[in-house]
Amino acid sequence: MIYGVLALSAGLPAALAFAMSSVVFAGSAQFVGAQLIGAGAPGIVIVFTVCIVNLRHILYSASVAPYLNHLGRRWRCLLAYLLTDEVYAVTITRFVHETASPSRSPFLQWYFLGAGLAQWSAWQASTAVGIALGTQIPPGWALDFTVALTFIALVVPTLTDRPSMAAALSAGVVAVLAAAWPYRLGLVAAAIGGILVGLAVETQQTAARHRR
Amino acid sequence: MSNTPVALGLIILGMGVVTYAIRLSPMIFLGRVEGWPLMRRALRFVPPAVLSALIFPELLLPGGTLDLSLGNPRLLAGALAALIAWRTKNALLAIAVGMMALWILQAVLPR
Repeated sequence: MIYGVLALSAGLPAALAFAMSSVVFAGSAQFVGAQLIGAGAPGIVIVFTVCIVNLRHILYSASVAPYLNHLGRRWRCLLAYLLTDEVYAVTITRFVHETASPSRSPFLQWYFLGAGLAQWSAWQASTAVGIALGTQIPPGWALDFTVALTFIALVVPTLTDRPSMAAALSAGVVAVLAAAWPYRLGLVAAAIGGILVGLAVETQQTAARHRR
Repeated sequence: MSNTPVALGLIILGMGVVTYAIRLSPMIFLGRVEGWPLMRRALRFVPPAVLSALIFPELLLPGGTLDLSLGNPRLLAGALAALIAWRTKNALLAIAVGMMALWILQAVLPR
């Protein structure tokens, strides 16, 4: 719903905002994409940033793949489209649980499909509600701020240890310092810088633990 | 807005293609990602890094200039939302309280 409101305030026409929910079907990528479109970033930068934001799906896909080995290509092509954070979370939990039990269900892919379709429908419906409401909301309400707030609510639970906090803090500082860079390249630099700092702090922690 | 609807449609299509390719390829070409331990470690830092890179300028650069003062309503409202997200783990509550805080602060603080 917030996505729908945000996409309109970023200047996307309602039809395109709605289409994005089925063409892309990835929550945070859509938020980031709509925000960058609103900021007038060039297409290449937007697609590249979406790519970085979605890199975690490589891990999801690799981790469900062993359970789908027996399926044909068509099944995989369908399930890949539905592989969001939420669908991955419920599906992998079920897969791991089922594999541990002696009477393993041969229909695990249907569970994946059901979870995916349920979330897909909910996402399309809530996008439509957001778009419908969005046109009636006055700009003075500063609804663009809901994007920053959504990102805050998403990022806080990921800050579970010192390396991830270091990654977040350094990426934020770089983003502020490099905000004036053209083509929003500061965002790319900040993301890469944050990831490198996170890796460095983690490596240092592991080394310190080994010395002890 | 500089982009035409056709350009926007192409950008959205591009976003969809990369998203789908990323989700599909490990299912088809399995086994290669697991061989990259550094990649696996690095991916964990993608969400905190990318999201913070989007959040910090929104809070600290309202209107394009650095404002670290207590007169910056976005900074205060954002900090409050982070605190609530951390204490309650409730995303919707954090967003709702942060938004209300922004409205109140904008009305109360001198510009």
